[in-house]
Amino acid sequence: MSEGGIAAGGTAAGSMAAGSMAAGSMAAAGGPLLEVRDLSVHHGQLQALHGVSLQLPAAATHAMIGANGAGKSTLLRTIAGLHRPTSGSILLDGEDVTRMRPERRVQAGIALVPEGRRLFPSLTLEENLRVGSTSARRGLWDTERIYDLFGWMRDRRGQRAAQLSGGEQQAVAIGRALAANPRVLLLDELSLGLAPVVVRRIYALLPQLAASGVTILLVEQDVSQALAAAAEVHCLLEGRITLAGPPAALTAEQIERAYFGVTAAASGTGSQPAAPAAGSGSPAADQAPGAST
Amino acid sequence: MTWVNAVVQGIMIGGLYALFACGLSLMFGVMKFINLAHGDLAVVAAYLAAGVIAVTHVPAVWSFVIVVPVFAALGYALQRTLFQAALNRGVLTTLLVSFGLSVVIENGLQQFLSANSRQLNIGSLVSDSFSIGQITIAYLDLGILVVAVVVLLGLQYFLSNSRHGRLIRAVADDREAAQLSGINYRHVFGIAAAIAFASVALAGLAYGMFTQFDPTIGTQAILLYAFEAVVIGGLGSLWGTLAGGILLGVAQQLGAQFHAADQVLAGQLLFLVILVLRPQGVTTRRELA
Repeated sequence: MSEGGIAAGGTAAGSMAAGSMAAGSMAAAGGPLLEVRDLSVHHGQLQALHGVSLQLPAAATHAMIGANGAGKSTLLRTIAGLHRPTSGSILLDGEDVTRMRPERRVQAGIALVPEGRRLFPSLTLEENLRVGSTSARRGLWDTERIYDLFGWMRDRRGQRAAQLSGGEQQAVAIGRALAANPRVLLLDELSLGLAPVVVRRIYALLPQLAASGVTILLVEQDVSQALAAAAEVHCLLEGRITLAGPPAALTAEQIERAYFGVTAAASGTGSQPAAPAAGSGSPAADQAPGAST
Repeated sequence: MTWVNAVVQGIMIGGLYALFACGLSLMFGVMKFINLAHGDLAVVAAYLAAGVIAVTHVPAVWSFVIVVPVFAALGYALQRTLFQAALNRGVLTTLLVSFGLSVVIENGLQQFLSANSRQLNIGSLVSDSFSIGQITIAYLDLGILVVAVVVLLGLQYFLSNSRHGRLIRAVADDREAAQLSGINYRHVFGIAAAIAFASVALAGLAYGMFTQFDPTIGTQAILLYAFEAVVIGGLGSLWGTLAGGILLGVAQQLGAQFHAADQVLAGQLLFLVILVLRPQGVTTRRELA
């Protein structure tokens, strides 16, 4: 199957001469902002990622789809520095960050919104945001700007994070990551455990974030949501990238095959749940940007 | 009236117990580190104070000016090296390492400073007192209680309102999420350990002025009372620690009213009753952990 998909990671701008970009480059010059080279990660005996390569040009939204256990979260957590790769490297704007500690990567410009939100439950909403800005880079996102993005937060800033609803917590988790002024924002399973209407509201924010210059890599099991949000989609299957390209250029059948693997597609009939129904079913329901409750 | 007196004296001694328990509670609440050498560190602080007094001839009460900063620095250094290395290897290792440290300290003190007991000489202050009706209160006891309350309230205020306090709470909540927010949790652990060590140094000084100490008193009495105060009050809660220390002191003094030998026993009984009926401690508010 499409092993070429790995190479196709280089799709967008093309220029492979990553390391050569000078420090201050805005990445607009053509090099990828984030590059993952031949990354392998083990969890004990189990190999979670097999030589994954990826290039993200700046200021675009990318989606990583794949079934449970495909290695999506592992990829994001490795980029954020929570897992040490067995081999391969991670470059941010040409600089090798593979050996950098997670907190240093935040200072370099990589922020992860982890799966399950992971707010500080005993801290207030505002304290969560302020912790997020502890070692922030210079940039647009301060607490006021985040309150502007999520209108409801200002009134409830003194509330403990543990008392917020799931959707509210997800918004605070995004706000906390934004407070560090990241160049690359990694979003892990935003939709997990949230009502569809809440998920739509959160996804409706992403274009605003991308417009502010943040490069987004989101991991999602909800394929239709991911396809609607991203300019570029990658599919992971058992630790390998099996497909890459802009959503418009991919057929439902291609995605299905990359998502489930060859055997599932060959069997054809019967058990094909949610995922391939992707196409353009739900995005029509999109509305209500900005404020959520 | 003797019962009222017992309660008052219990509250006084409870301040000392709370001071001992403070650092233990903080280290457990923030880094889940149970420091079995806690009592011995208090004893080391008392010996250090004796040394400082012998060399500089400052009044004993002022020895804290040197001893507390030294202990804060020692706490940071130990946390960044030995304790962090133990934490990286799991909870059981932290117990073994701190137990080992306890053994090393006790035997080191006995080897080099002898097993003789000593006391920090504070002159007549050790026995000066005033009376309210039939109740007599020693200035020293009251002073220690005031120090304990100020330390615990101050620490509570620091954790609630300062930038570093916020970071300490964040790291206590979720170490990994803190890293993802750009926080070097090892440094924050170091700060928490520095505070814990500073408080245990104060406790050691107070103990040394209050009564006699020797190299083995750290595990025989101090560590046990500190643990009991923490458990009675509720793990990881500073308010609880103060309440726990005072409840323990009152229980002991009331026990002593029945029979002098029942003093320690009464404290243990309260501790066991709390463990059975209210294992989360008397205060349910969770300030740390």
